[in-house]
Amino acid sequence: MNSTTALWELPHRALSPTDIFAPVSTPAQSIFDLSLFVLGITGGIFVVVAALLSYSAIRFRKRKNDDGREPAQVYGSLQVELAWTLTPVLISLVLFLATARVIFQIQHPAPPPGAVEVTVIGHQFWWEYRYPGLKVVTANELHVPVSDPAHPTPTFLKLYSADTDHSWWVPRLAGKTDLIPNHPNSMWIEPRETGLYLGQCAQYCGTQHAKMLLRVYVESPEDFASWIQEQRQTVQTAPSDGTASEGRKIFERVACINCHTVAGTPANGRFGPDLTHLMSRETIASGAAPNTRENLRRWIENPNALKPGCKMPAMGLNNQQLDAVTAYLVSLR
Amino acid sequence: MSISLELPRTQPAIPFVDKLHQWVITVDHKRLGLLYITYALSFLLIGGIEATIMRIQLIRPHNDFASPQVFNQMFTMHGTTMIFFVVMPLVFGFANYLLPLMIGARDMAFPRLNAFSFWLMAFGGILLYFSFIGGYGLYGAGNAPDVGWFAYAPLTAQTFSPGHSTDFWTLSLLVSGFGSIGTAINIIATVLCMRCPGMTLGRMPLLAWLNLTMAGLVILAISPLTAAQIMLLVDRYLGGHFFDTQAGGSAVIWMHFFWVFGHPEVYVLVIPAFAFASEIIPVFSRKAIFGYPVMVAATLAIGFISMSVWAHHMFTVGMTSAANMFFVLSTMAIAVPTGIKIFNWLATMWGGKIHFRAPMLFCLAFLFQFLIAGLTGIMLSSAPFNWQLGNSYFVVAHFHYVIVGAILFALFGAFYYWFPKASGRMYSETLAKFHFWLFLIGFHLTFDFMHVPGMLGMPRRIYTYEPGRGWEIWNLIVTIGVLFQAAGILAFVANLFGSYFRGKNAGSDPWDAWTLEWSTHSPPPEYNFETVPVVKSRRPLWDLKHPEDPDWKYE
Repeated sequence: MNSTTALWELPHRALSPTDIFAPVSTPAQSIFDLSLFVLGITGGIFVVVAALLSYSAIRFRKRKNDDGREPAQVYGSLQVELAWTLTPVLISLVLFLATARVIFQIQHPAPPPGAVEVTVIGHQFWWEYRYPGLKVVTANELHVPVSDPAHPTPTFLKLYSADTDHSWWVPRLAGKTDLIPNHPNSMWIEPRETGLYLGQCAQYCGTQHAKMLLRVYVESPEDFASWIQEQRQTVQTAPSDGTASEGRKIFERVACINCHTVAGTPANGRFGPDLTHLMSRETIASGAAPNTRENLRRWIENPNALKPGCKMPAMGLNNQQLDAVTAYLVSLR
Repeated sequence: MSISLELPRTQPAIPFVDKLHQWVITVDHKRLGLLYITYALSFLLIGGIEATIMRIQLIRPHNDFASPQVFNQMFTMHGTTMIFFVVMPLVFGFANYLLPLMIGARDMAFPRLNAFSFWLMAFGGILLYFSFIGGYGLYGAGNAPDVGWFAYAPLTAQTFSPGHSTDFWTLSLLVSGFGSIGTAINIIATVLCMRCPGMTLGRMPLLAWLNLTMAGLVILAISPLTAAQIMLLVDRYLGGHFFDTQAGGSAVIWMHFFWVFGHPEVYVLVIPAFAFASEIIPVFSRKAIFGYPVMVAATLAIGFISMSVWAHHMFTVGMTSAANMFFVLSTMAIAVPTGIKIFNWLATMWGGKIHFRAPMLFCLAFLFQFLIAGLTGIMLSSAPFNWQLGNSYFVVAHFHYVIVGAILFALFGAFYYWFPKASGRMYSETLAKFHFWLFLIGFHLTFDFMHVPGMLGMPRRIYTYEPGRGWEIWNLIVTIGVLFQAAGILAFVANLFGSYFRGKNAGSDPWDAWTLEWSTHSPPPEYNFETVPVVKSRRPLWDLKHPEDPDWKYE
């Protein structure tokens, strides 16, 4: 980790919010350092071989004043063959050793005492996040603390899938790891800068694979603690607003509660995202749209219009019912 | 120095139906080769249209040209078509056409098995495409498969893929797989048993060695794929749970089955491309291939090592670090024999007199592009780097560099090189150069720039993407490249048809070449050779043309 300090100081001018060459987290940084080494070597090979190819194509082209005789026939040379066999063997070996070192660094970390544990469950087409130690359940937007090198607080993710294969990839934080049913995986991130980091599912998982977006909020320890605090509060069981309480009745009467949980109410489904603190999230439909009242209403009315092929059905609510259910959801803070 | 032996071109007129009938019942290796090639070229156009639909959809973020349902079917069909019904039949077609001619035989070892294999593959492709009409799947009737060309479990389970669209995919690969195995057996038997007198294994043209290796790999690779397809059918219809994760099955086992086929498959496709380069580069450099025994050894090494690299497609599935390191090492090891090949082709050109005709131009582009494809392959083989690059557009760019940049370019070279032999007519060099430059520009616009969004975090197989991720400009350029590629293909097709009907008489040996196929007529008669040739070296026609300086004195 120490050897990378100099690179940490470099300003990260990311070409994209998902640029793999703008790491802000330890595993992504180790990969970045290795990738520079690999790019250097492969780039060097390219320059040498491409130059030789170009030279021989130009130098040995048939000239206009060609005498029509065949060139000298050369059948081979053992020494030359040995030279261009052994050199690549050595280069491959060096690359292998450099790679093996980083594999160990990333695959066998010792979790420090301050590490946060999160269980990630991939669903068609959204992410479930559970913080077992902190008793928090949320969806699609992961909150983690920033890690101070003096007191590291990396986040360790346990990866499961509820249905098909998925892959968790936030390029600036770490490489991707697949979520495979019946095959628990794990990975870790150790972000050094606060901010919002984006990514998305990287293993084809079905119709809406494209809109299974990832958002990771890296927060200061204080902000993270207050977010956890907020998420652990139970909701008011009876909304004060009349429309909202009407909406709650509809929500609990139609099939919504088969799939969604609102803690402290009869709604305890697990097929869809937990809605207990829905309004603490910035997006809906796994990052597909900003979490506004209008978008929520449109989403409930016909989820397929926003995200064709998603698993949430349209419940066939009329305008009045839609208003009421939207009002109820907006009250879930 | 060329030998000209021409048959009169007048033939008795045969009714069209009879002609068609002759083609359907044929067991002649040359006709079957041409059938394979024609069949593959029609599928090339279909696969190209599917790619174009995807590229139009991705030209800008949040485009709604194709729905996610259609887009997912397009990439599944495009991948399956291009691998199994374009490049495989092209490779088999050329092997069929050329092998007997190049080893001085009158046909393949098993002519009827040959015909049977072709028709199995042909019907496999038709079965796949019937799904557009007859398939019933997740989205109702007329549903093509949409599970991706590697069809990862459990997406293929009845739960996630109801109906029959996935079954069309499974059955089509099962049927054509048996055809491939038949052809592979035929190639092996032909190369081992049908060589003309004097042609020892060490005197075979490199093309024969490379196709022998390819056929061995087909048997080893297609068998696990076929087994996996049967297991998938058992899962879907007979209550099996091999890959059914909801009943304790393993999704990872499917990945192993698929890639233990999938990686050798890459070499099944690229080794014949090496074969074309190994025949064309010497003739157009006017020199013998450099390091023949080393080339053979490198080919066999690639064949062996390619059986042990498959899980480099699975670095992100959470293997142990020991397994990851094994596959890093084996994958990097395969770079060594591959590098040897590039250096030997380079050394063949070195000191020669290079004629820049269309076949050589395509082979030169092949060399450069294969070099780049190999180097991005090394990047991907470094497992941690792969955790970033894997399943992104970088991978898509990398393997298109292999399949289009290397394999398809070498195939185009082969088309122009052997077109005069198969048709008796010379192609138009001008049109061929148009084809070359247009396709080269299109290829580089599309696939060079496709690496970039991958490095900027764009995963593959997404039907649309969010604005503001820095991917827009790259996707636009990539799509523009398609126009040039399409124009290049148009020039190619025009050249094939135009030259077939109006091309100049090519003669039997237009390239002043050295292997046996150039010693017989163009097109070769059904029996190939009037008298079975006898050879004394790797370049029998060189010996004939240079009696004062024959090869057999030095080999």
